[in-house]
Amino acid sequence: MENEFLVDAETLGEEALLKKHRLERDPSARTDPTAYMEGMEVLASDIRDKVLGEMESYDPSRYTQEDVRRALQKEDCSIEDFKALLSPAAEPLLEELAQRAKRETGKHFGNTVYIFTPLYIANYCENYCVYCGYNCYNDIVRKRLTMEEMEKEMKIISDSGIEEILLLTGESRRMSDVDYIGEACKLAARYFRNVGLEIYPVNVEDYRYLHQCGADYVTVFQETYDLKQYEKLHLLGHKRVFPYRFDAQERAILGGMRGVAASALLGLSDFRKDALASALHIYYLQRKYPHAEYSLSCPRLRPIANNEGIHPVDVHETQLCQILCAYRIFLPYVGITVSSREQKHFRDGIVRIAATKVSAGVSTGVGDHEEKYTGEQEQEGGGEQFEIADVRSLNAMYQDIVREGLQPVLNEYVYV
Amino acid sequence: MRRRRKKEKMEKVMEMEKDTFILGGKEFTSRFILGSGKYSMELIRAAVEEAGAQIITLAVRRTNTKQGENILDYIPEHVTLLPNTSGARNAEEAVRIARMSRELGCGDFVKVEIMKDSKYLLPDNHETVRATEILAAEGFVVLPYMYPDLYTARDLVRAGAAAVMPLASPIGSNKGLATREFIRILIEEIDVPVIVDAGIGRPSQACEAMEMGAAAIMANTAIATAGDIPLMAGAFRKAIEAGRAAYLSGLGRVLERGAAASDPLTGFLRD
Repeated sequence: MENEFLVDAETLGEEALLKKHRLERDPSARTDPTAYMEGMEVLASDIRDKVLGEMESYDPSRYTQEDVRRALQKEDCSIEDFKALLSPAAEPLLEELAQRAKRETGKHFGNTVYIFTPLYIANYCENYCVYCGYNCYNDIVRKRLTMEEMEKEMKIISDSGIEEILLLTGESRRMSDVDYIGEACKLAARYFRNVGLEIYPVNVEDYRYLHQCGADYVTVFQETYDLKQYEKLHLLGHKRVFPYRFDAQERAILGGMRGVAASALLGLSDFRKDALASALHIYYLQRKYPHAEYSLSCPRLRPIANNEGIHPVDVHETQLCQILCAYRIFLPYVGITVSSREQKHFRDGIVRIAATKVSAGVSTGVGDHEEKYTGEQEQEGGGEQFEIADVRSLNAMYQDIVREGLQPVLNEYVYV
Repeated sequence: MRRRRKKEKMEKVMEMEKDTFILGGKEFTSRFILGSGKYSMELIRAAVEEAGAQIITLAVRRTNTKQGENILDYIPEHVTLLPNTSGARNAEEAVRIARMSRELGCGDFVKVEIMKDSKYLLPDNHETVRATEILAAEGFVVLPYMYPDLYTARDLVRAGAAAVMPLASPIGSNKGLATREFIRILIEEIDVPVIVDAGIGRPSQACEAMEMGAAAIMANTAIATAGDIPLMAGAFRKAIEAGRAAYLSGLGRVLERGAAASDPLTGFLRD
């Protein structure tokens, strides 16, 4: 069943509704998704063409079980082999994929599983992405943490034992500008050993500044690599510019960041093609910038505030597991993060096979860690980006990882 | 005659017992350097005991944690720490991490690891020489992880390295002595201890490197990913001891092609 994304908030005025409906219904009302906006840096890079070229020619139905078996027997997994592992023909061989993936994970990561927590510092957004709870037309409580509020949240999270934090914002350059995010990084560097960012894409110089402020990892999700579908889902705002977003990781590396992460949001388009493109995005980046560290995520669509019905279409747990095994076999050295969008049983299972990083103590709202961690609440928090499916605290997650015979790691990083 | 043979045998045994190697003025009897990454801390102590290891490596970035279970608490006191600079991408970063290690109280030993490739984690020899120069001058006992290249090894010795640590094959690959011939050359040509590091996947491979004359073996993944970690640590210890004994005793003749000719080609010579 396809998703019904479009919801009209009661609070929207007539003019806003009119504009919203025009964007949704009339393609000519929308801007060219490949045209850069003013101030967006253009990189001369061939990675996008390579990734999209491979994706367009990929026909998952062409592969047979023989292709999958051959891929599993080979020591080095080629792009062709990876395509076979992602195909429907590999689904009946999932256990074999998992066995191989587990071996590869062990070789590169041993038994370690890293734990981090995300902290949403602002949820203002200038984009209209139809599937996202933060979209500018959605009626949620908007909030931007002050430095005092932020410090309070960071203290609470840090006291729980977390050492790696991922700072997130909605995509509003106006309400959460680079200077604001820089100050947040400086503050976070005092409470945490490892600071990552998941913010709107910026230019090389901005990434360089944020790195100087203490951040060293950048995550940007392309959402879907299918430009036609991308254009229909990202109707307004700078996020609409597909190529600028695509090159974000490369700009982050050029700005001095140690590592970058990428992924599609699975369920928005053909998930096999999107999974292929996500992994190839990382693959080609690694070839061009071998010194950087890389990781892949695997978010699936989740229900959001005011639209409970959103679901990941045909990406069930089996398919997600297949994708993650294929990622691991193709890119054995790459970190794989599984967020609290997934349920406990899935996360417990997948860390034994392929995942190397999980979140714990998660809230996707703004400024509500105190309430969630201590049960106390002083003021209303900002609305959530999506509903989480695994509410485990750090302590619970830590114990569960130990119970799986693995080693939870809170930090293995120094800022140099 | 019998008494003399017995005496000779006793001397050999004594020689084995005092067979030590020296790093930074410290004498070690164990030739097994154990890695501490990739497996749980509770198992580290058991692994150290079973391995009989006197040196254990640990990533400085791993000690940079405030969690209750600090890895240092799990390492027995008599064991020498060999902090490594993993995470460093150039000489300057390695130097900074080494200094941090000293400040953290991890001692003066440092294993220089500089990688600019996140896929194979191969060491950058050039940057490694630069870092070794700086750190040796600051009084560190420097053990550089390196790609087995003779010129680099000589440069490292000149720079003040206490040993060289050539890789057998890529880290974590468990592929064994892929660089066998080049390590053999280092053992032959280099006067500081040659410690074979990275890629040793089985006890038999460790044994082979020791037979060749390596001073010691460093292993991590092979033990971390074993079904029974302490048992595998013990297996490595025995293999390393066996290889060392074989090296000391002088390996027997191995006939490469066919048997030895009973009619020697030089049998015609009359004087």
